[in-house]
Amino acid sequence: MAEIRVLIVDDSTVMRKIVERSLRQAGLDPLVVHEAGSGSEGLDVLRDKKVDLILSDINMPSMDGLEFLRQLRAQDLATGVPVVMITTESSEEHVKQAILSGAQGYIRKPFTAEQVKERVLPLVHAA
Amino acid sequence: MNGVRNAAIARLRRSGINEMEPTMAVSLRESVQLVSDPRNLDASVEEVFHLMLGVNCRRDSSPAVQEPESVTAVVGFGGLLSGACVFKSGSSAAMKIAAFMTGMEFSEVDDTVKDGIGEICNMLAGAWKGKVPNLAANCGLSVPAVITGRDYNLHVQAPEFQLHHSYRCDDLSFAVTIVCDGLQ
Repeated sequence: MAEIRVLIVDDSTVMRKIVERSLRQAGLDPLVVHEAGSGSEGLDVLRDKKVDLILSDINMPSMDGLEFLRQLRAQDLATGVPVVMITTESSEEHVKQAILSGAQGYIRKPFTAEQVKERVLPLVHAA
Repeated sequence: MNGVRNAAIARLRRSGINEMEPTMAVSLRESVQLVSDPRNLDASVEEVFHLMLGVNCRRDSSPAVQEPESVTAVVGFGGLLSGACVFKSGSSAAMKIAAFMTGMEFSEVDDTVKDGIGEICNMLAGAWKGKVPNLAANCGLSVPAVITGRDYNLHVQAPEFQLHHSYRCDDLSFAVTIVCDGLQ
């Protein structure tokens, strides 16, 4: 299997590690992980690196996940790359906002590796 | 607590959800009993600790074990409900929780431990407000603030309601408080 390049955007280093571990448990291997602590750092990473999948928190200081999504589209970065939001926000309204902003998937924290597998693997295979 | 609350309101606005519009049609006043149902907090704690740490927590009638140093994380609520979710544990309990989350061992409350406790509080706040649909949709969360130190207490003047529960899982002990100081 070809390596899968993932960008994980979350202001929490602990959550980035947990997401990475969940992706490995979900069978995404070999995995190359790029990390960013905010939306603006995520945009910087994407100017330099190609990725196959983006997972982003919403609730972040400086640039949050929804603005990151909007900027991603506005700056034509990572076109065609699936984006999955991982967040504590669980209302239909928040999911709608994320999808309208360009996300293809949504995972609510707390989550299990099985949930990550169900939501992420189809997107990776489709891409 | 005003700072975390204002941050939560600002975040709600940035996400495109205006907290003033739903108040025209939606009020939490009528569902205050549902919002303040103590079972929602217990279910949220059990869910977060089971899914993220793989441990089973139960509510403990005795207060959380006191340690000389403690770690407190605060996540503010803003919108139809204003207030905060507060997680507090002793420093050794905080290090154990961070160890469960990361698989690492800790000998001091470093930035990773604080980060992990902040995330636990963030997930608790999100899970708790997610139990009431109108609250989930019309209440924003601030990013977590984490405080460490000795001999400090949380005090809120005349809250609308307050839930303060202690929990235990194995040898871990901690307390979670939901403070509501405004409800529309």
